[in-house]
Amino acid sequence: MALIEARGLVKTYPKAKSNAVDGVSFSVPAGICFGLLGPNGAGKSTTVEMLEGVMRPSAGEVLFKGETIHAGASAQRYRDTVGIQFQSTALQEFLTVRENLRFFAALYPKTRPEQELIRVCRLEEFLDRDTKKLSGGQRQRVLLAIALINDPEVVFLDEPTTGLDPQARRNFWELVRGIKAEGKTVLLTTHYMEEADELCDDIAIMDHGRIIARGPPKHLLAEHFRESVIELPTALVRPLAARMGFIDRGELSELSTPDVAASIAALRDSGIDLAPLRIRPPTLEDLFLKLTGNDLRA
Amino acid sequence: MNFKRLAAMTWARSLEFLRDRSALGWNFAFPLLLVAGFAWIFSGPGQPLFKVAVVLPPGAPLTAASHPFLAAPAVQFYAEPTATEAETKVARHRVDLALDLTSARYVINPESQKGEVLEAMLRGAGGTPLQRAEAAGTRIRYVDWAAPGVLGMNLMFSCLFGIGYVIVRYRKSGYLKRLNATPLTAAEFIVAQLLSRLALTFVVTAVVFVGCDAFLHFKMEGSYLALALVTLVGSYSMIAMGLVISARVTSEELAGGLLNLLSWPMMVLSGVFFSLDGAPAAVQWAAQLFPLTHLLSAARAIMLDGAGLASAAVMTPLLVLLACSALFTLLGALGFRWTQD
Repeated sequence: MALIEARGLVKTYPKAKSNAVDGVSFSVPAGICFGLLGPNGAGKSTTVEMLEGVMRPSAGEVLFKGETIHAGASAQRYRDTVGIQFQSTALQEFLTVRENLRFFAALYPKTRPEQELIRVCRLEEFLDRDTKKLSGGQRQRVLLAIALINDPEVVFLDEPTTGLDPQARRNFWELVRGIKAEGKTVLLTTHYMEEADELCDDIAIMDHGRIIARGPPKHLLAEHFRESVIELPTALVRPLAARMGFIDRGELSELSTPDVAASIAALRDSGIDLAPLRIRPPTLEDLFLKLTGNDLRA
Repeated sequence: MNFKRLAAMTWARSLEFLRDRSALGWNFAFPLLLVAGFAWIFSGPGQPLFKVAVVLPPGAPLTAASHPFLAAPAVQFYAEPTATEAETKVARHRVDLALDLTSARYVINPESQKGEVLEAMLRGAGGTPLQRAEAAGTRIRYVDWAAPGVLGMNLMFSCLFGIGYVIVRYRKSGYLKRLNATPLTAAEFIVAQLLSRLALTFVVTAVVFVGCDAFLHFKMEGSYLALALVTLVGSYSMIAMGLVISARVTSEELAGGLLNLLSWPMMVLSGVFFSLDGAPAAVQWAAQLFPLTHLLSAARAIMLDGAGLASAAVMTPLLVLLACSALFTLLGALGFRWTQD
């Protein structure tokens, strides 16, 4: 049974030419990590904020365990059952991490023990530091702890690792895996395909306010690609790029091919230097490019 | 209203304020500097612009035809209906000299350097010889008159910006959005902000008052309790005014502009530095719209005249301030939005 269900969600802003979210429907079963993927401006955050209950949809509705989250008593109950980490949130400045945790804890009727949160989110080293003086990664861990403070069934993470360095990003992924292991349902938005691949059991790819592909990452790739990708320096393949179907990706050019052996044979016959050649399986990045014709980060 | 949540929010906001050392220091330093500055400036040589209250016989014009002194340059003359009122204003430094043409006398305040200069000008102007009189009753120094104004002005800035700017900053930074996702209600959030700001500005103002009093020895004729009550209600009304500004705005620049738009006219028109006696009627009328005007008139009545809470001089402004408070709170609370959406 679906834990959360989005039905025909639409969000319209008064002066915008098109809908920010334009008819999005999906359901998320309990206990999985669901990812909303897409470039900036695709409508991920708007969608997730409607799911969180902090933004009212212009049309459509969100159901939690079969009940609408938009009305009266169930809205209040829903607020107590979810945990939210917004994309950018300031904390009360001049307060330490511990004071911020206690402040947020005081706002909820039922909370998770402070020591446990500190351990789960690894806040030990900077507990008594002013929140102003935290690094990006530390800050995200504090915000995650606040999202978990009411021991929620569902945790929303809106681009939690944007702007973090690779090491901090990997550390954060570890925390998210820990939350999944506790049996919580996680809804994540990201524009890092690698992050979705690492963490998500199921994803929806969004572009221009609509879902353009939906399914587990491995299935999606298998469904859309029977090919592998051959990479070679652009300068090297320029003479045969058009004939063989290389796509210029800047420094490197890529060739998608269902038959790697045949393609390599053809390249060898053309006499170019194959020393820098690399073969890789297709990624969600390639999938996005294939579906939209656009680069994900464009 | 959940008391635990309200207390947590009030505590968090108050800690933030108290730990922001630079802002807190400024809250104390700014009024001290202003009051000290004024005490120093006005103990020096007289100012070039003078204000003279003239009591005219019925039908007489406010021109040199009534007395040649009325043609003096750099002096603002205005008609005052009664001699007693004019004399009180001299004693209070609201005017520099009173010219009573109904009984051929003039009144000066020996505490005022401006009065001495005007007296010399008056003697040099010729015309009917006038009898000299000194303002009756207790005469006050200019600083006694200006200090409540300066403290009130500081209170106004602290109240308006402390609420208005802070809530807009919270909204812009996404902090309000985060709070909205918790069980904290809008009413709890607003009341916590009001309480925290009211308590903190009151304490800061009290400390500054005591600090200034230690070296300026303010005149205090009335009760401290009445002054405290008037200060609390006056501050609350201006805090609520800040709440109205901050109810929906998401840009700190816009909030800053709106707050300046409110505070500057208040600073100039509420009688902080000089009285509005003799100002155009429209200006005097506009001044009645500002809470600061009423706060200052009640505070001065208590400090300078020893007026009690029940007297009209205190009760009328107090009632106006209560009405302002109720109106602004209602507007602010109804208009309040957590986020832009």
